[in-house]
Amino acid sequence: MNKVLMSGNYVIGEAAIRAGCRFYAGYPITPQNELTEYMAEHIRSVEGGVFLQSESEIAAINMIAGASAAGLRVMTSSSSPGISLKQEGISSMAACELPGIIVNIMRGGPGLGNIRPSQGDYFQATRGGGHGDYRTIVLAPGSGQELADLTMTAFDLADKYRNPVMILADGMMGQMMEPIVFKKPKPRVYSKKFMLQGAGNGKSKFIRGLLLDPIDSEEHNWKLARKYAVISISEPRYELYNIDDAEMIIVAYGTAARIAKGAIKRLRGSGINIGLFRPITLWPFPELQLRELAAKVKKYLVFEMSTGQMLDDVRLALQGYADIKFHGRPGGAVPTPAELANVIAKIYKRNY
Amino acid sequence: MAKTVYKRPKSLKENIFHYCPGCGHSIAHRIIAEVIDELDIRGITIGVPPAGCAVLAYNYFDVDMIEAPHGRGPAMASAIKRSLPDRVVFSYQGDGDLAAIGIAESFHAANRGENITIIFINNCVYGMTGGQMAPTTMLDQKTTTTPLGRNKTLDGYPVKVSEIFSQLKGVTYLERCMVNSPVNINKTKKAIKKAFQCQIDGFGFSLIEILSPCPTNWKMSAVNSCKWIDEVMSKEFPPGVFKDEIAAARKAAEDAR
Repeated sequence: MNKVLMSGNYVIGEAAIRAGCRFYAGYPITPQNELTEYMAEHIRSVEGGVFLQSESEIAAINMIAGASAAGLRVMTSSSSPGISLKQEGISSMAACELPGIIVNIMRGGPGLGNIRPSQGDYFQATRGGGHGDYRTIVLAPGSGQELADLTMTAFDLADKYRNPVMILADGMMGQMMEPIVFKKPKPRVYSKKFMLQGAGNGKSKFIRGLLLDPIDSEEHNWKLARKYAVISISEPRYELYNIDDAEMIIVAYGTAARIAKGAIKRLRGSGINIGLFRPITLWPFPELQLRELAAKVKKYLVFEMSTGQMLDDVRLALQGYADIKFHGRPGGAVPTPAELANVIAKIYKRNY
Repeated sequence: MAKTVYKRPKSLKENIFHYCPGCGHSIAHRIIAEVIDELDIRGITIGVPPAGCAVLAYNYFDVDMIEAPHGRGPAMASAIKRSLPDRVVFSYQGDGDLAAIGIAESFHAANRGENITIIFINNCVYGMTGGQMAPTTMLDQKTTTTPLGRNKTLDGYPVKVSEIFSQLKGVTYLERCMVNSPVNINKTKKAIKKAFQCQIDGFGFSLIEILSPCPTNWKMSAVNSCKWIDEVMSKEFPPGVFKDEIAAARKAAEDAR
C-alpha cells in the first residue's frame, strides 16, 4: 500500500470516505475547516455521496441524524464551541440509537477561547455532553496513522453498537502532516431493519426519543445502560510505551501523549525510567488495564492540555493503588517535549 | 348495497387522536393521510413530526416517521431526502417550531430549495406546553406569557412565515390555507396534494401554512375558534397562494429534456 503525506484533517476525511461515509454535514469553525473543505471536494464525487454545508452546528448534527436513520454512514465535524451546540443532537442520536461520527478538533476554551490545540473537552466528550443518561464512545488518536485507522474503526463501532462515536483530537492533530497508509476498511455490517426508508408494502416504523410513559422510559434507559456495560468491557483500547523497567508512568492521550513520548525519549540515559500509558478510548476508559499496571508500578503522572479532567478517571482507576500526580497546560498552551521532560524530572526527583 | 362515501384513510392508523376537541391537527392529519392514499405513496413516504402537540404523529400516520428535536425537522428532512431522493419526505411543524426555535433550519431548507414539503400548522400559540406566546401570536392576544395581551413594544409582531418565505428563490410552491370550514378544508387538501405532487415531480420546496384552531389555549369554543380564524386571524394572515412556480419548473424540466 502507498504511503501518502497528508495533514490530519484531510486524513480523517479520506479515511471516512474510504470507510463508506456517504453523508457529511458541517459548519465552518477553526481549526477543523480543512476537513469540511475536504468533504466538500471529495464526497460528492463518490456515488450517493452527499455534502451539506449546514446553517449551524445544530442543523448539521440533526442532518446526520436524519441521514443515519435513512441508512447512510454519516459524519459531522467541528471544534469545541461548535461541539457544544451539537449536544442536543448527540443526545438525541444516543436516545434513538442512531450511529454517526462526530469529530471534535478541540481548541482552547472555555467560551470562544482561542484556536490553539487543547484538551479541555474531555469531560464533555466522556460524560455524554448533552442531557440525559447516555454515553458516547470516544476515540483519541495519537498520530496521523491513528487518525486514519480510528476513523475507520469509529464507523464500525457506531454501527455495531448503534451509538454516536466521537473522534476527539485537537488543532495540532488536525493540522500536522504525516505519512499515512490507508488500510482496507471492513465491509459494513448494519441491518436494514434499523433503517427508515419508507414502509413499502410492509408495516410502518418510527424512530423516536420521546417516551412519555416513565416505565417505558426507564426500561429504555436500562437497555442503553446494558449496552454501555458491554462496551465498557469489550472496547477499551490503550497503548503501553516503554513500561518494562519504568519506575514512573505518564498517563496522557492524543497530542499530550505524543509530547510525553518525546519527553520520555529525552530522559533516556539520565537514570530516569519513565513509561507511558496512553488511553486510546477515553470512553470507555481503560480503567482495569491501568489498575493492573499498578501491581508493578506505583508512581503515576497525569499530563493533559487542561486543568485536569482525565485525572478523574485515572483517580477512579488508581486511587488507593498508586500515587498520582498531575501536570497540565490548559487554554491552548502546548509544552515542548523538552519542557515536559524538565517537569517530569523535577517531579520524579522531588517526590520519589 | 350501501356505497362507501367516507372511510378511514389507509395511511391513518386505527388509533384515537389525543388532540383536544376542535383542534385542527386531527383534520390536518386526516387530509394529509387522504392525499398520501390518493397519490399512492404510503410505502415511499417518510414523515418528520415535531416537538409539540403533534409529537405523537407517528401514532396516527401509517408511514415511516422519525421525530425531530424541536425545530430541527427541516434539517432532518433535507438529509433524508438527499439520502433517499426517490422518497417523499415531509416535515410537520408548529409555529414555535418553524418560526422561533427552528427558523434557521426552516429558512435554509427553503432557501436551498430542498425537494421536501413542510406542513406548517399556525395556531398562534404554543399548544402542548400550555398556551404561551408563539412567534405568530396576534397583537393583543392573551396567552400565559402575555397575560395582558401581546404588546408590540415588548413582544414584537406576529411573524408572517408565508410572506417571508415566498421571497426566497428556493421556494417553488407556497400557500396559506385554513381548516375552519368544510370548504376551507377541501382547499387545504388540494394545496397539500399539489405540494406533494410538486415534490414527486422533482420541482422543489413546498410549504403549506395552515391556520388551525386551538380552542383549549384560545379559551374559546370550537365554533368560536373557527369564527376567530375568519374574523381575526386571517386578517393578519391572509390565505392564498404566495408562490407557485410549478408551471415554470415543469417547463424548465421539459426544455432540459
